[in-house]
Amino acid sequence: MKQLMLGNKAFARGLYEAGCSVVSSYPGTPSTEVTEEAARYDEIYCEWAPNEKVALEVAFGASLAGRRSFCGMKHVGLNVAADPLFTASYTGVRGGLVICVADDPGMHSSQNEQDSRHYAAAAKLPMLEPADSAEACQFVKLAYELSEEFDTPVIVRMCTRVAHSQSVVDTAERILPDPIPYEKDTAKYIMTPANAIKRHPVVEERTSKLTAYADDCPFNRVEEGDTKLGIITSSTSYQYAKEVFGENACILKLGMVHPLPEKLILDFAARVDRLVIIEELDPIIENHCRKLGLEVSGKDILPMEGEFSQNLIAEKLGMELPSHHTLEDALPGRPPVMCAGCPHRGLFFTLAQNKCTVLGDIGCYTLGSAPPLNAIDMVLCMGASVSSVHGFNKAMEGGCEGKTVAVIGDSTFMHSGMTGLANIAYNQSNSTVIILDNSITGMTGHQQNPTTGYNIKGDPAGKIDLESLCRAMGIRRVAVTDPYDLAECDRVLKEELAAPEPSVIISRRPCVLLKYVETKPPLRVDCDKCIGCRSCMRLGCPAISMKDGKAAIDTTLCTGCGVCSQLCKFNALKGDSE
Amino acid sequence: MNTNTTKNIMIVGVGGQGSLLASKLLGHLLLEEGYDVKVSEVHGMSQRGGSVVTYVRFGDKVYSPIIDKGQADFIVSFEKLEAARYLEYLKPDGRIVVNTQKIDPMPVVTGAASYPKNLIGRMESLGVSVDAMDCLSLAESAGSSKAVNIVLMGRLSRYFDISVEKWLSAIGECVPAKFLELNRKAFLLGRGE
Repeated sequence: MKQLMLGNKAFARGLYEAGCSVVSSYPGTPSTEVTEEAARYDEIYCEWAPNEKVALEVAFGASLAGRRSFCGMKHVGLNVAADPLFTASYTGVRGGLVICVADDPGMHSSQNEQDSRHYAAAAKLPMLEPADSAEACQFVKLAYELSEEFDTPVIVRMCTRVAHSQSVVDTAERILPDPIPYEKDTAKYIMTPANAIKRHPVVEERTSKLTAYADDCPFNRVEEGDTKLGIITSSTSYQYAKEVFGENACILKLGMVHPLPEKLILDFAARVDRLVIIEELDPIIENHCRKLGLEVSGKDILPMEGEFSQNLIAEKLGMELPSHHTLEDALPGRPPVMCAGCPHRGLFFTLAQNKCTVLGDIGCYTLGSAPPLNAIDMVLCMGASVSSVHGFNKAMEGGCEGKTVAVIGDSTFMHSGMTGLANIAYNQSNSTVIILDNSITGMTGHQQNPTTGYNIKGDPAGKIDLESLCRAMGIRRVAVTDPYDLAECDRVLKEELAAPEPSVIISRRPCVLLKYVETKPPLRVDCDKCIGCRSCMRLGCPAISMKDGKAAIDTTLCTGCGVCSQLCKFNALKGDSE
Repeated sequence: MNTNTTKNIMIVGVGGQGSLLASKLLGHLLLEEGYDVKVSEVHGMSQRGGSVVTYVRFGDKVYSPIIDKGQADFIVSFEKLEAARYLEYLKPDGRIVVNTQKIDPMPVVTGAASYPKNLIGRMESLGVSVDAMDCLSLAESAGSSKAVNIVLMGRLSRYFDISVEKWLSAIGECVPAKFLELNRKAFLLGRGE
């Protein structure tokens, strides 16, 4: 049946059709929906793991048990999962093991623009790269075949425009392969030096075989056209190239981007007058071509950074662009903001008021860095707030204690904040860590995590108690506060900053967008009392603006959280009961 | 550029306004009409009250999932400033269908910038076809301020040679049954029937 499907949903469909049995992932835009959609199939066991390393090891275990398994993540997640990745390349698999990594050129929702194709080369693993939803579904099925035939994990690389575009998919039935019986095989699966040294040549031989296979891989194909221009491309770049050139160029469309074919490329190059490589991010296909001795254009004309588009390719290849209207003035930007009623706002306001140095982390709360709160000094990667605050405090030799804090969300804390806290407890820095517990993984669209008490299907599950966890790690001071109560937040913050030992503050209130959270009626402004002092504007709440010199509340956005009314000295912001 | 018959609709607005339902509806309808269709959206960070854009493309064979400058046949905008922001994406003879609602972005709220004046008039004076209407009021009279997206779809439907019944049946496929009547009303109010 033909359906319009998101690339990620089509990927999940591929998992279903290929007979995948076990899925373990950590959410990350633009990869999240692969696992969410897979969880809709009752035939597949799916879970959110605490982080990508755990998830990949779960999938590896399922493969060892002889079932087809899967693990999905965003590009930076693969950094976390890199440890098992490199050695799983040596062990190979029993049941097929497929890994999805979703890159984010243009950084729609990411902290860097890394090109995950480097991981395929570095870990010596085959990598497939679909260019639309139909290919996503199809490539996953081929990935399992390759995984089992060549005894290797296989990476399928998505990018934002493939993951988050819908296109037509023709679905098929699920075919469940027979489980492979478990047998102990220590030489293959115990990676001690003595065993691993014998596995390395196996990996090299596999790469040679896969390189030969790449010449015949059905997903590396030549599309005929004018031979004056030859284009080698893959993924969404193929779509842009096709849009611009149609049949006015000969195109080698690569579906397998590691290992890259040799003979196929040399034969293609021999047939065309000029060869151009169109690939987003790094010049990986281009460098391969140069290594084969070919003269090519690539990053000399196309950018290394950002997303491509049809106009960008047309322009760089000297073609005329369509005309358009232009308004001359610079328009005000519309950056993302913390939602009205977001529980993080009150906490960040308190941190800003106390002029804290705030080492931040990855999640919705990164938006606390934006004006007017400007409440964050650093954001690096998942978990870095907790580890870095320790280093910061040690380096300052106590000079910044009482002023510097780490802030990290509940899900991010479970992902990789815990180990940083273990370091604080062990090596004893007088650090204050604030866990922003909104009872969900927010930014990626509300995924459950080990602290929420629910699993991926929304069913009751194990629940880790953050207070007990922190205490068990050796943190004696653990305080809980409600971020809607500014006075209480301020009191707790001052108290913990002043304490002469490590401490954790749990700022606890569920995300206001969660369905079970009941909001209050919107506040209203008493215009006789409002003097237009703009005190409430310091919160950066999207529901509050100034109109004719007085505060105005957007009643469609306001959730009645009441944080703004605590800042109003004139009692001009009122709830329904007042 | 390679000339092809692909038609392009951009849906722009502020994160959280419901543009994903609008693109789902269009995708469903156009696939039923027998076209090849691609819909591209952005999730994650940008959805938190930021400027959001969704691309809908249809034709015999669609390649790129995105729409570039000078290529949109229609820009459907949930908000005035967002229509102006993406004006350069419109074909010179394209049309803007815009909700006249004004939502201040954070730089305006904080006083760092001011909301530009007379945006619709200025776009018209450049020769742009602008179909502006107060979709929020219409959505409220249909029963919910959240139905702005379907009011806009009703307005857009005037420019398509597809019957009202087919639009309504696509709405039926995309919204829960309990909201069907509300959305039907919103669609017809937007269409002006």
